[in-house]
Amino acid sequence: MLNWRRRVAIRDHLAEANLFARRVVVALVIVLILSFILLSNLYSIQVNKFKDYQTRADGNRIKILPVSPNRGLIYDRHGRILAENVSVFSLEIIPEEVTDLDKLLTRLKSLIEIDDEQVEEFSKQIRQQRRKFKAVTLISRLTEEQAAILSVNQHKLVGAYVEARLKRSYPYKDLATHAIGYVQKMNQRDADRIEAEGNSANYQGTFDIGKLGLEKFYESQLHGIVGHQEVEVNSRGRPIRTLSELPPEPGQDLILNLDIEMQKVAQQALGENKGAVIVLDGKTNGVMTMYSNPSYDPNDFVHGISHKKYNALLNRRRPLVNRATTGLYRPASTVKPHVGLLGLEENLITTKTRIWDPGYYQIRDLEHKFRDWKKWGHGWVDIFKAIEESCDVYYYDLAVRLGMDKISEFMHQFGFGELTGIDIHEEKSAVLPSRGWKRARFRQPWYAGDTVNVGIGQGYWETTPLQLAVATSILANNGEFFEPKLVKATRTKNEEIELPVIDKPSVQFKNPENLKTIKQAMRGVVAKPTGSGYKAFLDAEYKAAGKTGTSQLIGIAQDEEYEAENLAKEHRDNALYVGYAPLDKPEIVVVVVMENVGGGGKNAAPVARQMMDYYFQNYQLKDETKQ
Amino acid sequence: MTDSVGNKVDFWRKVHIDRPLLMGLLTLMSVGLFVIYSASGQDMALITRQVTRLGVALVVMVLVAQVPPSFYLRWAAPLFIIGCGLLVAVLLFGVSSKGAQRWLDVGITRIQPSEMMKLAVPIMLAWFIARKPLAPTIGYSLLGLLLIGIPTMLIAKQPDLGTSLLIASSGLFVIFMAGLSWRLITAFIAIVSASAPVIWIFYMRDYQKQRVLTFLDPEKDPLGSGYHIIQSKIAIGSGGMEGKGWLKGTQSQLEFLPERHTDFIFSVFAEEFGFTGVLILLAIYLFIVARGLMIAIQAQDAFTKLLAGSLTLTFFVYVFVNIGMVSGILPVVGVPLPLVSYGGTSMVTLMAGFGILMSISTHRRFLRDN
Repeated sequence: MLNWRRRVAIRDHLAEANLFARRVVVALVIVLILSFILLSNLYSIQVNKFKDYQTRADGNRIKILPVSPNRGLIYDRHGRILAENVSVFSLEIIPEEVTDLDKLLTRLKSLIEIDDEQVEEFSKQIRQQRRKFKAVTLISRLTEEQAAILSVNQHKLVGAYVEARLKRSYPYKDLATHAIGYVQKMNQRDADRIEAEGNSANYQGTFDIGKLGLEKFYESQLHGIVGHQEVEVNSRGRPIRTLSELPPEPGQDLILNLDIEMQKVAQQALGENKGAVIVLDGKTNGVMTMYSNPSYDPNDFVHGISHKKYNALLNRRRPLVNRATTGLYRPASTVKPHVGLLGLEENLITTKTRIWDPGYYQIRDLEHKFRDWKKWGHGWVDIFKAIEESCDVYYYDLAVRLGMDKISEFMHQFGFGELTGIDIHEEKSAVLPSRGWKRARFRQPWYAGDTVNVGIGQGYWETTPLQLAVATSILANNGEFFEPKLVKATRTKNEEIELPVIDKPSVQFKNPENLKTIKQAMRGVVAKPTGSGYKAFLDAEYKAAGKTGTSQLIGIAQDEEYEAENLAKEHRDNALYVGYAPLDKPEIVVVVVMENVGGGGKNAAPVARQMMDYYFQNYQLKDETKQ
Repeated sequence: MTDSVGNKVDFWRKVHIDRPLLMGLLTLMSVGLFVIYSASGQDMALITRQVTRLGVALVVMVLVAQVPPSFYLRWAAPLFIIGCGLLVAVLLFGVSSKGAQRWLDVGITRIQPSEMMKLAVPIMLAWFIARKPLAPTIGYSLLGLLLIGIPTMLIAKQPDLGTSLLIASSGLFVIFMAGLSWRLITAFIAIVSASAPVIWIFYMRDYQKQRVLTFLDPEKDPLGSGYHIIQSKIAIGSGGMEGKGWLKGTQSQLEFLPERHTDFIFSVFAEEFGFTGVLILLAIYLFIVARGLMIAIQAQDAFTKLLAGSLTLTFFVYVFVNIGMVSGILPVVGVPLPLVSYGGTSMVTLMAGFGILMSISTHRRFLRDN
């Protein structure tokens, strides 16, 4: 210590202090220079580049979120809701927010029931996920109890959310599935198509899209226009508050020609039998009933149908097929009125023409016998009897004399072999045969025997039930041809717009008396005791007209008898009936097709009777009071 | 100053408190509390904890100020040696956290020897340099550099780049203030620049290299390592001239800004109070620096002059490095904004430093009287 003191004593304190003070000044200058550097950099960021950074800050916090529009509702002609939007809870997970996915799944499983298929589908979706921080659905439909359990435990389930969303619901379940169709989650194909149509902006917030039936056909009307919400989000992308909003424009409602109660009548009338029932409004061809049996519940598809359920629908009874528009059936005797009408128009027959039916028909001297359904024959037959009792031989003869070209050309005018233009995409054009068609299809010439079969609606001729209904309506309406439509009107918030009835070129007749003759014969089918539909329409309170049909599914060898009891059920005949009522001022046209049940008069006609009875009991009064 | 009001001066001198310095520190602390409140999303519990810490730090400062400078002079070497020993102990038996080994578990609590060295190094260097007349000779300066090098290396090895940088500079400031010749300073800077590549290749860890790379081009990885600095610049820049207003900074309130109430608190401040606020804040810091340098000039002997100068300049280094890093002109090293950032240990050390400054400032006449 002493040593130190001594040394201090010899130091030049003043010089040291001066030296130090100079260094302090230098330090101060450096401090100021560094401060200036900091400030000039901050000035450049905060003042010069302020706009840039402000934009980026807004870009961080402001997100434009699409607000999907509410899908338009679907009503039947009496205002009953067939397709509505109901609030459904779903369990969704944002994978990026979850630290340990397996742990979360185990925890969820301890709270609610989750099956492996759901987990598998969920994992698949995560792998396919492209956008970050997007919710992936684990369970699309939670019960209220499950939703409550999850909500209570929310704090333990980071990254999992219970979302309430509007989902399509079809309260009448399987009653009109083939007509209404259903919506389902959009897949990549839908997304690509929407993109190609330049519509992807409008579908930003949309989850479900029409996949079948009216839901698909009227997708653009039902969907509506997307709205937008400007929201402030935090760094994890969760919306904090709404800044501004452009509300979406809800989709248009559809008001159908369909009467859901008549669908129910059709379902009950068909019972266990496969088949289809169509009822058209006689004045416009609005589709009042289009029921295909068996049907299925579309609600399963909305929430993603399980493989098990779907496989169950792929059974031999084929419920997924819309038999009314895509089922192909030989029209059988139901087209006899049309063939007869052509004969009259071509003057090959008159009301007086009679032929002898021995129970079979032979072309000139060829050996092959074309059999009549009545083994021993109908005896002397004119056009009335030929339609009323459905004599085959009369038509074999007439068809051969007409020739296939004339038949094809005439039947084409009634819409056979063409799409009817109904407002769903699931429709087939079926087959109206012709020489050209056979050559193209089988590379074979047309034989006279082919014409014989076509004369009674067999052979190559195939129709859909809807085509038969349209063809029948043209007869009933004296040649006028309307496209059948399921939708009567669309409705926005402000107005209801009736869709126009679309006229196709009407069928011209050389002599109106010919049509009258045919209608008279069709009246005879149900009014005369010998008529094939007499029993079914006994004591009807309205004047019905119609034609029965029984179409063979397997060829019957020469001299062999058709015995229904000996045939396996799936080989039995299809039963058909076409008809309309009332005779003079048709209000409804009815077509019934039933598979593998046997004769049309015995099986299909009674179903048509039930449809007509329901209509005349419920409608005449209603429509009168309405007008 | 209030020198003219005799009684008052006497009172503050008696309790060994430098009033202008105290005012500056308290102002900074209050600003800090407001910004932390905003940055934490109005977390009152956090504020309570910070207030407690500030209280503790103030008490420490006052206590340290009561001790005359001669005490630190006597304890310079023992403190330094003990500190270095503890640093070695940390490397050998230290507790790891977040990839760095900085703490020593002494049963009751954990201690962080590097914090202690923040004071021990400048005291040691000031004592060492002041032993010989100023300016120090080349040989003596090199010895001083060696003294700085030991703790710096030990801390850098933990690794704690930010602290080792602060400690090294606190020592270097002493040598610089002592009047190290400019030729030597120039040579020293040249050597450091030349050895930078060597340090890069042999000494720096991957995460440290990453930080430097990110600093050079943050936009290269905007969601990864560049995220911090980009979001920070967005926060500062979007504050503009006037700022978005207290509690209204979207970058901080919506949590885009990381480390909001600790290292990046300046960004929150700049976003909410704008360039105007930044000017005022920097003015407060410069006021404290100026006051510290004034105390240094007025100090009685070489030891206290050098110590006061070093502590003051080191304080400025904190400010410069922190603001520089959050505004993108320096790489991200973990240096808090002094007295504003939320946090414990470093604040206590810092306030102890100010306690020493106050001791130097208020024990002057007493020494002269002696």
